[in-house]
Amino acid sequence: MDDPATYQRPGPLARFLTVISDIVSRPSGAIGLGLVALHLLLALSGPWIVPYSFTEMNAGLMLSQPSSAHWLGTDHLGRDTLTRTLLGGREAILVTGIATPLAVLWGGLLGVFVGLAGGRLDEVLMRIVDAFLSLPWILKMLVLIVTFGTGIEVLIPTLAFFYGIPVIRIARAATHDVVARDFVQAARARGHGRATIIWRELLPNVRDALLVEGAMRWSWMLLAFSSLSFLGFGVSPPTPDWGLMIADARGFMSFSPLGVLAPMVGLSSLIIGINLTADALAKALGIDRAQKAPV
Amino acid sequence: MLAMLLRRLGLGAITVWIVSVIIFVGVEILPGDACTAFLEREAKGKLLENCREDLGLNRSAITRYAEWAGNALRGDLGVSANGQKQISELVGFRLRNTLLLASGAMLVGIPLALFLGIVAALWRDRPMDIMVSTTAIAAMTIPEFVSATLLILVFSVWLGWVPGIVLTSANAPLAEFFPEVLLPIGVLTLVMTAHILRTVRSSVIETMASDYAQMALLKGLPYWQIVFRHILPNALLPTINVVALTIAWLLGGVVVIETVFNYPGLGRMMIDSISDRDLPVTQAIALIIATVYVGVNLLADLLTMIANPRLRTVHMRRS
Repeated sequence: MDDPATYQRPGPLARFLTVISDIVSRPSGAIGLGLVALHLLLALSGPWIVPYSFTEMNAGLMLSQPSSAHWLGTDHLGRDTLTRTLLGGREAILVTGIATPLAVLWGGLLGVFVGLAGGRLDEVLMRIVDAFLSLPWILKMLVLIVTFGTGIEVLIPTLAFFYGIPVIRIARAATHDVVARDFVQAARARGHGRATIIWRELLPNVRDALLVEGAMRWSWMLLAFSSLSFLGFGVSPPTPDWGLMIADARGFMSFSPLGVLAPMVGLSSLIIGINLTADALAKALGIDRAQKAPV
Repeated sequence: MLAMLLRRLGLGAITVWIVSVIIFVGVEILPGDACTAFLEREAKGKLLENCREDLGLNRSAITRYAEWAGNALRGDLGVSANGQKQISELVGFRLRNTLLLASGAMLVGIPLALFLGIVAALWRDRPMDIMVSTTAIAAMTIPEFVSATLLILVFSVWLGWVPGIVLTSANAPLAEFFPEVLLPIGVLTLVMTAHILRTVRSSVIETMASDYAQMALLKGLPYWQIVFRHILPNALLPTINVVALTIAWLLGGVVVIETVFNYPGLGRMMIDSISDRDLPVTQAIALIIATVYVGVNLLADLLTMIANPRLRTVHMRRS
């Protein structure tokens, strides 16, 4: 056992490494984290490793079968499918990569605050959260996107806003678990203000729950983002994007199934990777995460 | 019991009321109104004023909300912006078609999920469980449009067993939707089954570890008697709520699936109305979906309450 006199709390880096090694020690976690890392690496290095330009069209090679020049064939405009698949996640990762932390941040802070404050405010806010959750995500998002446009400057705040709402509930529940404990009572007795209690006592204790929630939100946001692209309300052409590519190639499935299969593999592997990682992260942090339907 | 029932009903009603306010305010703060959408480029000067006069848009927002909500309560959802048709008529067939999809998926999905979930739990960590659980994770995390497109590719393009697209018009008799409706039902079933079976599995595993199940085992009761008499009745209780959540989710997920298959349901109507900026129709559909969501969750809570004697008296969770 550690001697309390000499025991030192592990630093953030040590803690981070412990969690990572815990994730990797599970087969599903290792696969998941590997997939996510691969996709991030690809998103960063993509433009330098792809064989063609993603806009380069070749009228003589429309919907061609796989060949040594085009390993996965070409699409209906004669563009290289491999190139577009490798680049197809960049926009999605960029948008959701910014929107996810924003969602967790605002939803988390508000949830912790009302969890501590309680009372009327809490009652009213939770009813509003319930009301928002009872509307399908696609309706909420589409109304804003159709009005304000489909650029990333609209998509990021829209995703961050709507996906932060369920986080409020998670953060509030996690706060309720902590608020009754002795150390919070002690901080109250010491006369600390609300801000100090939130910052010093509550946030460090709900952080793990929020991390896991954030990982899940990320995968649901990707799902939303690519679904919007697929429906024609997301990324605009000619930007390569998996959702858009699948929508475009759908009409030519019988001639060139690879046109839909390649972006499907790209998108699915990233989303499955995130989910496996989130599950392993939850286990590593000891968070009991009930499986819920995406909202 | 009765007091709690009334309390739940009241909370549900309050949620629906807040939803209606959100929908109304949301549409209100968006730029443009029914008249600018209807008149498009001509929306200026006298023409715009006349249109607003006709539709009563220049009255105060509170008056208009009261009128809209009051009419909706009586089942009158107003008229659409472009066609000037009664929305309740437009929505009727669409709702029926979406219910056909949803009930088909539930009819197949719920028993399948119960069976697979229980099997996976009883043979935990064996090949059967690993196969079922992995497929479930894949089915519920992959976007619906991906699984839908994949099923079309396999069952329609390659095997040619079922049509990959729905061409039946919205108000055709239900029988005409066969066999076109089979693939969309298949996709919905896939996702739904995955969600429910995960919960069933973990719930059964949890119950198996409980003291009374261990006790029954130590008493030497036959295994299957323990499973059916002690474990399943207790383990399946939380499933009711997940089924409700899944049905509620289904209403949102069905939008994408209906679009992929060109299925004339409520979801595609919603997308169309948003693209056309037909605000009255969008508002009406949003209100219907939210009401169904709240209603289904309420029903699940009541069922859980009836099925579980402990919850009849104790203050309910998530009240």
